[in-house]
Amino acid sequence: MLNRARMNRRTALAAVAGGIAVTLAPPVLALTAGEARKLVDRLTDEVMSVINSGKSESAMYVDFERIFAKYADVPIIAQTTLGVAWRSASASQRTAYVEAFRVYMARKYGKRFREFIGSEITVTGSRQEKSFYVVDSTVKLAGQAPFEVNWLISDKSGRDLMFNLIIEGINMLRSEREEIGLLLDKSGGDIDALIAALKKAA
Amino acid sequence: MKKVLNRFISGGPHRDTARRHLAFAAVTSVAIALSGCSNPGPEGEFYDPLERQNRAVHQFNKTIDKALVRPTANAYGTVVPSPVKQGVINFADNLGMPNRFMNNVLQFDIEAAAITTMRFMSNTLFGLGGILDVASDMGVPDEDTDFGETLHAWKVGEGAYVEVPLYGPNTARGTVGLVVDILLLDPLGQVLPNDTDSYRTTVWALDKLGDRHRYADLIDDLLYESVDSYATERSYYLQSRRFELSKELTEADLEDPYAQ
Repeated sequence: MLNRARMNRRTALAAVAGGIAVTLAPPVLALTAGEARKLVDRLTDEVMSVINSGKSESAMYVDFERIFAKYADVPIIAQTTLGVAWRSASASQRTAYVEAFRVYMARKYGKRFREFIGSEITVTGSRQEKSFYVVDSTVKLAGQAPFEVNWLISDKSGRDLMFNLIIEGINMLRSEREEIGLLLDKSGGDIDALIAALKKAA
Repeated sequence: MKKVLNRFISGGPHRDTARRHLAFAAVTSVAIALSGCSNPGPEGEFYDPLERQNRAVHQFNKTIDKALVRPTANAYGTVVPSPVKQGVINFADNLGMPNRFMNNVLQFDIEAAAITTMRFMSNTLFGLGGILDVASDMGVPDEDTDFGETLHAWKVGEGAYVEVPLYGPNTARGTVGLVVDILLLDPLGQVLPNDTDSYRTTVWALDKLGDRHRYADLIDDLLYESVDSYATERSYYLQSRRFELSKELTEADLEDPYAQ
């Protein structure tokens, strides 16, 4: 009788502990390290074929826009870079901002990618961090020390997409949040003025 | 892009015996300043109590870049053939090896010291005195370091952000490192005759011009296209320098925008 009571208590404890373990366990991801890696392989292949295609600058930017639309979660990147101002923005302002940011980002990062011309990008690893994956890669340019690019991939949007890019420690989300913050300040905190300025910058 | 920024800002060692005592005084006083302000604050942020002065220096550096450095670099980059430019890069790099070796040792990194020695020997002996980088062709790693990194290895905090005239972005720790590298950790300067100093300075300057040309798009965007070039340069520099020293992503880098 005593024994059974103890057993029951133990079972109950175990059940509670199990419950806690389940809630504390990392979320089960649909995406795997291998898939994240393959995504970056495809993404870098497309980027490399554009920069080595010998197309004109403006034609390349069109291609980069297409690549970003396909592989990057532009809405979440845009939203994050706007920071707290996102909350006060109206629905139409949000749409206009994401659209302006899409073009701005394709141009700015397309330009950086263009500097990888003739280089070799090698994916060196892929690991889970929190609810997403970090894919590490090394860019080797002739006659230069290689540098590291980390691609952050998540499936939280419903698709497997890149949401951040870190080039030798320079974090795109952070840098663009700072840049957009400065641009917003310069626009007197007016989101419409910011959108106009962003279009002009791109 | 770190290499980019670092190449652009980091200097090659050159000597001036007459100023050595002054250097000690400078190092000591900056070290005192450093101990007082080695408080960079939370990760991912910056400590910039000298912002007003720094902004003035930044404006000065931009003026010099626009009037002198950019056009000269453009001419150098366009006129000089690529193999010659690569030779200058390799030669300047090789001249920095004795200093790199000293820092490897001071960081107690014996493996790196051995690699640096191997680099210096093979490039000097088989690479026409350092013009060819045969070491890299053989797969010998090329990991730059400086006394700023040595101080980091000794657990000295980075201190305040500093924009150095004609040099660009740095930290208080890095600025002390720069002075020590130039004036105290320059074994090559001890060995070579005095009149070779100007040649070394020339090689160093050509190397910097080559960098300014090679990374022209990036540097021009940073200095002339960003909303606030001072703030952007500060951010880029600190992010890349911290990554270079820690060699890993920070907690701030792993922010999850979907969780917000």
